[in-house]
Amino acid sequence: MASEAAAHKAAEAAEAAGGFSIDPMHQFVIHRIIPVKIGGLDLSFTNSSLWMVIIVALAALFLLAGGRRVVPTRWQSLKEMTYEFIAGTMRDILGDSGRAFFPFVFTLFIFILLANMLGMVPYSFTVTSHIIVTFALALVVFVLATIVGFIKHGAGYLKLFVPSGVPAYMLVLLVPIEIISYFTRPMSLSVRLFANMMAGHTMLKVFGAFVVGLGIIGGWAPLAMMVALSGLEVLVAFLQAYVFAVLTVIYLNDAINMHH
Amino acid sequence: MDAEAAKLIGAGLAAIALGGAGIGIGHIFGNYLSGALRNPAAAQSQFPNLLLGFALAEATGLFALVVSLIILFVF
Repeated sequence: MASEAAAHKAAEAAEAAGGFSIDPMHQFVIHRIIPVKIGGLDLSFTNSSLWMVIIVALAALFLLAGGRRVVPTRWQSLKEMTYEFIAGTMRDILGDSGRAFFPFVFTLFIFILLANMLGMVPYSFTVTSHIIVTFALALVVFVLATIVGFIKHGAGYLKLFVPSGVPAYMLVLLVPIEIISYFTRPMSLSVRLFANMMAGHTMLKVFGAFVVGLGIIGGWAPLAMMVALSGLEVLVAFLQAYVFAVLTVIYLNDAINMHH
Repeated sequence: MDAEAAKLIGAGLAAIALGGAGIGIGHIFGNYLSGALRNPAAAQSQFPNLLLGFALAEATGLFALVVSLIILFVF
């Protein structure tokens, strides 16, 4: 990208001039660790892939270790609380009809939660700050919900686009709106997670640049702000994983128990 | 006008929409507080909905921020 190269050149020029420059977008750069090229496809093992492997390994460690006792240890209690948190949310929204989808929603929640939380560790890489990652996750949810809807209701699933109790002349207007809103679901689901992660991390880097730029005398004010912002970002990291899981359950609920 | 200047102005204009997200988040927390003070017993059960509303309202504003960042860094 031309603008990226220009930004790097500007940063180098500022450093050469004796000033300093922090590029807030540098943290999102993907570089190849093990280059793999098959045909025209670039299937390299990148730093993004590395962090996904770390996330899955940590999730497996968290869920497999800790034992299975009648009187739980602290670790096991934590696992059970995580399970009960998602299972309770699903019971509230979906009822008993959607228990088959619990493993799917739980996997999504744990993966996104760990990706967001590990992104808060300094010098780490935030997997969910790239739209292609979140879009892939959202597309899986969208395709699954659509397939489940058609399996459950057959062609009757198309009634989702026709709101009931509306005069016929309004349907001309409402059906296209319903169709558009259905097909923008994967967009809004992925952009919500991606934008929150990217905006938060960019903001932290910008405030970090203020701390360095103002030095030992003036840097304390942005530093205090950064502590507060880091707390907010941890909250957002959890909240976005939760919102992604809840919206997945809501979309599945639309497909299983049609309301319209 | 210089294209670079127009780009910066456009990015700034796009970020104005974040004010709407601020209004929305304020509404959600304000209404939650007034509801919780009227009926504290029901407050705890509505806390997940509060967080959901907060996240949804914040995300709408962040869409505008993404537009602004696309203008700045992609074009």
